[in-house]
Amino acid sequence: MSISMTVNGKAVTLDADPQMPLLWALREDLQLTGTKFGCGMALCGACTVHLDGQPVRSCQTPLASAAGKKITTIEGVGATPAGRAVQHAWLKIDVPQCGYCQSGQIMSACALLAGKKKPTDADIDGAMSGNVCRCGTYNQIRAAIHDASATLAKGG
Amino acid sequence: MDAFLTHVAMPARPADDQPSPAAPTSAGRRALLKGGAALTVSFALPLAAGRAALAQTATGVPASNTFAPNAWLRITPDNRVTVVCGSAEMGQGVLTAIPMMVAEELDADWALVSVEQAPADAAYNNPMFGMQATGGSTTVRAHWTPVRLAGAAARQMLIAAAAQQWKVDASTLRTERGQVIGANGRKASYGSLVGAAAKQPVPEKPALKDRKDFRIMGKPTRRLDSAAKINGTAKFGIDAHVDGLLVAVMARAPIAGAKPKAFDEGKAKAVKGVRKVIAIPSGVAVLADGYWAARQGRDALGIEWDLGAHVDLSSDKVSASLDEGLQNATAIARDVGNVKDGSANAARNLSAQYDVPYLAHAAMEPLNCLAWVKGDEVTIWAGTQSQGPAQGILSQVAQVTPAKVKVNTMLLGGGFGRRFAPDFTIDATLLSKLSGSPVKLIYAREDDMAAGYYRPTSRVRFEAGLDDQGQPLMLRADVASPSIMAASGFMKIPENGVDSMAVEGLADHPYEIPHQRIAYGRAEPGPQVWFWRSVGHSQNAFFIESFIDELAHAAKVDPLKYRLGLLEKHPRARGVLLLAAEKAGWSRPLPKGRHRGIAVAESFGTWVAEVAEVSVSKDGGITVHRVTAAVDCGQIVNPQTIARQIEGAVVYGLSAALYGRITFKDGKVEQSNFHDYPVLRLNEMPKVDVHIVQSNEAPGGIGEPGTPPIAPAVANAIFAATGKRLRQLPFDSEALKQA
Repeated sequence: MSISMTVNGKAVTLDADPQMPLLWALREDLQLTGTKFGCGMALCGACTVHLDGQPVRSCQTPLASAAGKKITTIEGVGATPAGRAVQHAWLKIDVPQCGYCQSGQIMSACALLAGKKKPTDADIDGAMSGNVCRCGTYNQIRAAIHDASATLAKGG
Repeated sequence: MDAFLTHVAMPARPADDQPSPAAPTSAGRRALLKGGAALTVSFALPLAAGRAALAQTATGVPASNTFAPNAWLRITPDNRVTVVCGSAEMGQGVLTAIPMMVAEELDADWALVSVEQAPADAAYNNPMFGMQATGGSTTVRAHWTPVRLAGAAARQMLIAAAAQQWKVDASTLRTERGQVIGANGRKASYGSLVGAAAKQPVPEKPALKDRKDFRIMGKPTRRLDSAAKINGTAKFGIDAHVDGLLVAVMARAPIAGAKPKAFDEGKAKAVKGVRKVIAIPSGVAVLADGYWAARQGRDALGIEWDLGAHVDLSSDKVSASLDEGLQNATAIARDVGNVKDGSANAARNLSAQYDVPYLAHAAMEPLNCLAWVKGDEVTIWAGTQSQGPAQGILSQVAQVTPAKVKVNTMLLGGGFGRRFAPDFTIDATLLSKLSGSPVKLIYAREDDMAAGYYRPTSRVRFEAGLDDQGQPLMLRADVASPSIMAASGFMKIPENGVDSMAVEGLADHPYEIPHQRIAYGRAEPGPQVWFWRSVGHSQNAFFIESFIDELAHAAKVDPLKYRLGLLEKHPRARGVLLLAAEKAGWSRPLPKGRHRGIAVAESFGTWVAEVAEVSVSKDGGITVHRVTAAVDCGQIVNPQTIARQIEGAVVYGLSAALYGRITFKDGKVEQSNFHDYPVLRLNEMPKVDVHIVQSNEAPGGIGEPGTPPIAPAVANAIFAATGKRLRQLPFDSEALKQA
């Protein structure tokens, strides 16, 4: 079945099983491998992307539900003000260790900041606790979100 | 075919008395246990000129225009320095630490230093293992001298080149930030000297810098691999791609020795995109155009297993096996004084039993490997901790010579010891050989967790005798646990019958006690056991540091003071205890409801003390608010990495202490994914402060030593909060409920 959508600003059409999770369309059909497979059950957040600006777990998002939608992945999120600020803060604080979960962490953080310019620690708990990091970078993630928030408050 | 299938039946186990050429020697691994004892290994190899070609690859610059005096670095005319790292990066920071060490002695401009991953080659052997492998928190301490010598040799050759060009004596020249500088202020960049430097003889004994002259090492330094991990371009094993690959998902044997009884190949092949179904010793693989089809095909197999000897394996059976191990704990790991006398003379005797379960590693990136067997050549792309052994093992799998096995080491999405195992590289290689296609094998999360290699379960029975002042006269510990050494395939249990990994941290605990007997009884309930971040220390620190706390409370002495009194011969232990206690405000009162616990452990040549600040709610909920850690890892490379590794190791240990548990029922693992194998999440994250002891000691490891002290520090804080001693992991919240 043919499914069309916009990925990182580019129109794409895929001939694929509409029930296939969006994750595999991104990773295998489009070779956008920055989005990661972690659990396949929306439990770890490694596969987080934006669907019309909302964070979704792409491992549990059927391709059919992405039809006609705008998808943003880690490869494209730097083009948004929140994405730019978040990636800059991640680099400044040097958040990653193994790095495997960080695409998903960044996508969740960008969605949080796009909706709430100055999140509290409780907001961060709420938005980020679906993203597992086994290396234990949580305190650096929190610090980077506050840093990005300050950057955005100054006008990016 | 039969020969390699026999070999492939996991674990890959060379004959006990004939380690395979690529397998680590047990001597190497023993050296690892002794923490740094093997650092006297010859360092001649990395400087061998014949290996320089290894550092020449992928420059795009003709070799004649590149200065690559050894396997570890190359310098190009644009002044860029590329360091080639033979260790695998799994988050622990080796892709930054090794370049810092090379760049320091090279006197490079750090801004112009980049790093790339080495191929599998003996030039990159880890001197502590005698093979190219990453584990045991060894990378920095094993390469401490050789990679710095590699940098120093290059620097000396650059100086010699400038001296020749300027017709001055080399002793009048110095170097700074990528430049050779003459007495008159004349300067030449390293890039301008590459051609001339390459013609200089390689010095045999280049001088190393005095520590006071370090400009790079010892300073908090950002990672070289961060940008790629932030913009999505970093390539992990699972991201590897070659055109025409098939993705494989397997129905994996639920326990070692299980064999498929029946499966429906037709149903799997009916899934659109499925190309092949192949049975191999470890299970049945479905090969398809992509993961989704392969996964659906795998699920359609409807596979039934003959579980063999383990058909009725259960957690009760595991427990019975541990009890049997305790009965048979006759292998003596430590025997001083006479425990009978110690007990008879004691004013008071105490006993306690502690337990920990099997644990999964649960790295974020499910296990995977892309393999391509093409004629007599094998190429793999994998996040593996054992590149060297992979060459040997996969050459047997594909029946080619080891030199024909090319290992592309990808970034590891977490390792924690799991990626030291060869199962995923073996299966991918076998599937490529049998299918004739490049095959990317991906474990579903459920496979990663349920058909895994586990941290061993362990049970210890303690007895102690205290004198009338509450000081310990006698300590006896019987330990029952499966043997990692026996399961590893490349080690064996020594003649004294003690698996040193099962007792590490316990048999060699630092406390001064006149009469002691620590004994090991092997228990083998069945599941495959393996190295897990900090190995035996992960449970043994919990055991001994909790029990010492029990003794302190029995003696009615402050637990910190009690420890210090028994550690007079261990200044480094005292140092980290005192520093952690001071920074945590040990002697200062806490807000109502908050309580502290302390623990200390040495592992991998590094001492760590941690103070946990904890509260326990009426319904038994445990909150860890703050952890204060002090670390003495000897001489250091990157303090930022040290702080982050200790913090991360605390999180890893906390996940295990609060939630980690692999259990068995009817021969199968009961856990499958993060809902039933929970791990710490951001909303549960304590504040963590890490304080580094300034030290001139030999460098210690840093990837693992932060994990051992956290479980006992929290257990001891829970006791301080509730008066309840939790002697099992994970902590039983039910036991803490207030009626």
